[in-house]
Amino acid sequence: MKLKDDFKKWLSYDLDLDEEPTMPEPIEFDDEAPEITIWHRLRQQGAHRKLYYVVAVICSAVLAFTLILTVSGMPRYGEDAEFMDTVTYEYLAHGMEYTGAVNIVSGIILEYRAFDTLGESFVLFCAVTCVLVLLRLDDEADSSAPSYHDLTHDIVLRRTARAIIPLIFVFGIYVLLNGHLSPGGGFSGGAVLGAGIILLSSAYGEEASGKFVTERTFRIVTTSALLFYCVGKSYTFYTGANGIETFIGNGRPGDILSAGLILPLNVAVGLVVACTMYGIYRMFKERRF
Amino acid sequence: MSFIENLPFLSVVLFLFAAVVCSVLKPKAARIFTTAVEAVVIAFSVATLLYTRGTGTFFRYNMGHFDAPWSNQLRAGVLDALAAFTFSSVLLLSHIGGIRYAKIDIEPKKQNSYCTLLNLIGAALMALSYTNDLFTGYVFLEILTLSSCGILVIRRQGRTTLSAARYMVINLLGSGLFLLGVSLFYGTTGHLLMEYIKTGVETLDATGEYQIPLTVTIGLVSSGLAIKAGLFPFHTWMPDTYGTATPTSSAVLSGIVSKGYIFLLIKIMYRVAGTGTVAMTAARHILYVFGMAGIIMGSFWAIKSKYLNRMIAYSSAAQIGYIFVGIGLGGEAGFRAAMFQLIAHAFTKPLLFLAGARLSESSGDSLLFSDLQGAAHRNRAAGAAFAVGAFSMVGIPTLAGFSTKLYFAVAAIEHGTLVDFATLGVLAVSTLLNALYFMRTVIRIYTPSPAPTPLPTFEPSPDKSDPGLVCAVGFAAGILFLGLFPGTVSSLIISGLSMFG
Repeated sequence: MKLKDDFKKWLSYDLDLDEEPTMPEPIEFDDEAPEITIWHRLRQQGAHRKLYYVVAVICSAVLAFTLILTVSGMPRYGEDAEFMDTVTYEYLAHGMEYTGAVNIVSGIILEYRAFDTLGESFVLFCAVTCVLVLLRLDDEADSSAPSYHDLTHDIVLRRTARAIIPLIFVFGIYVLLNGHLSPGGGFSGGAVLGAGIILLSSAYGEEASGKFVTERTFRIVTTSALLFYCVGKSYTFYTGANGIETFIGNGRPGDILSAGLILPLNVAVGLVVACTMYGIYRMFKERRF
Repeated sequence: MSFIENLPFLSVVLFLFAAVVCSVLKPKAARIFTTAVEAVVIAFSVATLLYTRGTGTFFRYNMGHFDAPWSNQLRAGVLDALAAFTFSSVLLLSHIGGIRYAKIDIEPKKQNSYCTLLNLIGAALMALSYTNDLFTGYVFLEILTLSSCGILVIRRQGRTTLSAARYMVINLLGSGLFLLGVSLFYGTTGHLLMEYIKTGVETLDATGEYQIPLTVTIGLVSSGLAIKAGLFPFHTWMPDTYGTATPTSSAVLSGIVSKGYIFLLIKIMYRVAGTGTVAMTAARHILYVFGMAGIIMGSFWAIKSKYLNRMIAYSSAAQIGYIFVGIGLGGEAGFRAAMFQLIAHAFTKPLLFLAGARLSESSGDSLLFSDLQGAAHRNRAAGAAFAVGAFSMVGIPTLAGFSTKLYFAVAAIEHGTLVDFATLGVLAVSTLLNALYFMRTVIRIYTPSPAPTPLPTFEPSPDKSDPGLVCAVGFAAGILFLGLFPGTVSSLIISGLSMFG
């Protein structure tokens, strides 16, 4: 009878079965008291919380054990070469000849597997778009809020930055432009450049870094670099799949102007990476450009 | 080579191109441009579908001047094109159906970013549909994960950030497992192109070499993708994310994003691991068990929900369970049922979310069932649309859900062991539970609210450009087509599966 009544109530929404999800009580951490260890904290928590920790540890241990077992059962490095390493040998044997890049890695990521790298650049683009969406404050927000880590008065940082920033930029540009000749390329060179701009910004404030990157330049550079990448590689994909000869030659391997589209693509990727790094830094620091 | 063979590649690149362009456009221009691109990609998918159906075989498309296995490759058959068509059309319909709310929920300066993220989701789904390369699959899976987090947090209200963080943690766990699996595949077979991996896997499976790495690899890939798709018990992010996001985001996430992961999993089963290898069979059986549990538990939680959105979200957990049961049953019938459910659910769930948003709007923006009484009288079109979606979920004949359940029953009976009784039993119980909570909701919204109502009556929006009706008609047409002509879609799926491996 009770069940029947309850069912009728449920049908007419008088019975509330749903429990609102509640957040667990925040645990009060007392950083002042050094004698409280993790065990003390554990003891203060509820039983299901303890069970959670135990299960988590067991799961991680099982997963770690399985993975170690797996790796120990994997083919050893260098063995079974004729079965496994067909692709690797092809890249090493003909990579330079077919792509024109002395640095085989650049040849692989920007010619053989260029579609993946196109995707990777869009992962970065997607990440910076998400950070903008999440952190950006619109104009109505208080623009005079103090920033947390204002280091522009730190004399050590300023002097060091003054000495090494030019070196960082030169090195970054070198890595970027020589990506097809020596270890490096768009991602690493762009990361070096981005780090340089971040250092400049934290040592001398945004007036200094603004000479390199403002929101406007950020937009223009990212958009045009990605569009160039998109269009340039689409041309290669299209001609490649349809068996059309391209006018882009490979040049003489070892020259700075060689390896077809790899050099301009490295520059494009590098600019996207540098701008993305700086953009994410600015968003986390001040939530605006 | 026919020009049509370029269309899969153009679908991906067009979305990527549009994503970049939208980031510098004004909101209105971005919306129009995105809609146009989505429509063009639908046309591309239809052309590819008809072309592959006409030739009766798949085609490969090398991304660059190098032959397989040296470079990336796309591959399109009937099933790939069918998935691409489903994803692109649901994306378009969800987008235009939710524009009205996107305008309100999203800050003006971020409107174009929203279009950018939708385009990235489109690009990722197209790439997952057509890719023939496991690592390309991973790259675009990452784009899909990141951009779906973006479309969640873009609405700043209540618990969106918290729920997006939860969604992100679970998704990254899945991505991590999948990436480990991909790298182990590369380590054991030396290839990243799917068919070449399969040759290696079959050789190893026959000789019994590297049995442990192979088993673990297949386990990692399957569990990673299943976690990302929201299989029970990893569905816990669903109610919060679907419940708080702007309606387009809920529709896109539940309708197609989780389906993208499942489609990649089915592709890996056919084209990489082989459905019949020992490890894959074991993995499918485990997925089957969790799918069964998901069907029951999802419905159970849906019944207990007090809010409309949370109920629809929990029902998603149950419907994802169906797909995995189909995968677990295996065989042509099982995978046909899984694919059919994938398409049917992709058309049904967004309709429920978008119609639910309008019902809630006409009830003073409340999602509480108690406030929704009589909502269908305040907004008749939304009420009718919701009823169509709900009836389809329950499995009323002539609608998509009925055909799905029929194919599941066929797949279960074909299996011919104890499993078929279990499956049929769960199917029956789940239909009963579906009927309970969906019919209850439909009755609720059609029961006139006791006068005088304290809630504001629905007034037609002053914004005449709301294309919600177009979207509802589109979704309802899809559901009706799947219900009235299941044979057409089924024959497409069967011929697609035969050229899938």
